[in-house]
Amino acid sequence: MKGNSYLPRKLHSLLGVIPLGLFIIEHALTNYSAYEGGPEGFQKSINFLNSVPLVFWVEMFVIWLPILFHGVYGLYIAYQSNLNTGRFSYGRNWAFTLQRITGVITFVFVAWHFYETRIQVALGNVAHEDLGSHMNKIVSDPLVFAVYIVAVIAATFHFANGLWAFLVSWGVTVGPRAQKVSSNICMVIFVIISALFLLSLFAFRGDEFASTAAAALSSVTVG
Amino acid sequence: MAETTTIAAGRKVKFVITRRERPEAASFTEEFEIPYRPNMNVISALMEIQRNPVKSDGGKTSPVCWESNCLEEVCGACSMVINGKPRQACTALVDKLEQPIRLEPMSTFPVVRDLVINRERMFGALKKVKAWIPIDGTYDLGPGPRMAESKRQWAYELSKCMTCGVCLEACPNVNDRNSFIGPASISQVRLFNAHPTGEMNAHERLDALMEEGGIEGCGNSQNCVRSCPKGIPLTTSIAAMNRDTTKHLFKQWLGM
Repeated sequence: MKGNSYLPRKLHSLLGVIPLGLFIIEHALTNYSAYEGGPEGFQKSINFLNSVPLVFWVEMFVIWLPILFHGVYGLYIAYQSNLNTGRFSYGRNWAFTLQRITGVITFVFVAWHFYETRIQVALGNVAHEDLGSHMNKIVSDPLVFAVYIVAVIAATFHFANGLWAFLVSWGVTVGPRAQKVSSNICMVIFVIISALFLLSLFAFRGDEFASTAAAALSSVTVG
Repeated sequence: MAETTTIAAGRKVKFVITRRERPEAASFTEEFEIPYRPNMNVISALMEIQRNPVKSDGGKTSPVCWESNCLEEVCGACSMVINGKPRQACTALVDKLEQPIRLEPMSTFPVVRDLVINRERMFGALKKVKAWIPIDGTYDLGPGPRMAESKRQWAYELSKCMTCGVCLEACPNVNDRNSFIGPASISQVRLFNAHPTGEMNAHERLDALMEEGGIEGCGNSQNCVRSCPKGIPLTTSIAAMNRDTTKHLFKQWLGM
């Protein structure tokens, strides 16, 4: 095998599903615990994640490095594509175009979100116990809340449609019928994961998380 | 009957044609009004312009250049963009087109002049993927293995490809920033790998698809299958070759 675009492109497709697709599902479920169990439920999920052995290295190899490669190479793939839905306004061509647009949105959003949350934790500005109230502060701004809504829908679409394309690119779904069925399944996945993220975003805006924020704030003031 | 002929005699067909004089020259548009005749197609309209190269404003111009050959949609020479969609001019019937009829060259390819394009990259792609069956020897090799009739039926559909370039024009990933080989030649790999004798060299064609600009350039927009004038199941071919190249990759890694 010579150095060429085949292997990086194949790797890009694989990483989008394993591990990044699994990560986005994990992230949606963790967030959903904020909707289901309130601040205590969310805290339990965070404590569980922090109990994973070698958690830093798991984050490094299962999340950060794959995202970095998938994102940077993905920007290059987007750059290599024409968007021609004006001339060919077919459903699949729209999905092709949206895949590239949502990819760029997700890349920018993830960089920003990573800085706001994980980097702040690493810098010691936010404790693990305060993540719920931290999210409450972030999404309390209506503009930021709107951006989060758009971004999680974009990211989830990118994953669901990318999963469909993964099945084609690796030769799992070959005929038109298989591709139609997998497309329907992927759109159901899109709706479910989007719902999990949206419910958690609304939960973070709720009074429960605001009061923990106030409590955290007052404890800081008192302390 | 006489009445319809009179109405037809007064009718005009309006064309807006994107032209260019030399490959490196800037393109411009010219408008033409051509007397309507029943059952006209775009080629017969272009022939009329060739006979009488006068624009709709009355000014003289050079005849519009185009390429055509078989006039029955089997040669692939007369591909152009008609009312925004790439297709064959010979089967583009004037009665079925919205006016003014807009003709443009398929600018994914190098434009030679007016509507004439250079499709050489498609023939280069066929050479790259070895879209043929090597049967030459220094002695008579005898008959090859037989092909199952059920297989022949779908393989025949793939053999209808006339290298017309419509799928490349429709594909968002065939452009100057991308080295993607295009759907047509990938489907030809499936055709020749399906042939019982061609199958003996299947790995060579798969290797070619796994090189720079090969099959991985497909972004699944599926415009190709919607645009192919011969109805070739191009996306099925691409997915089938995705499966074969994936298997080929793992076999190489495992040393099988």
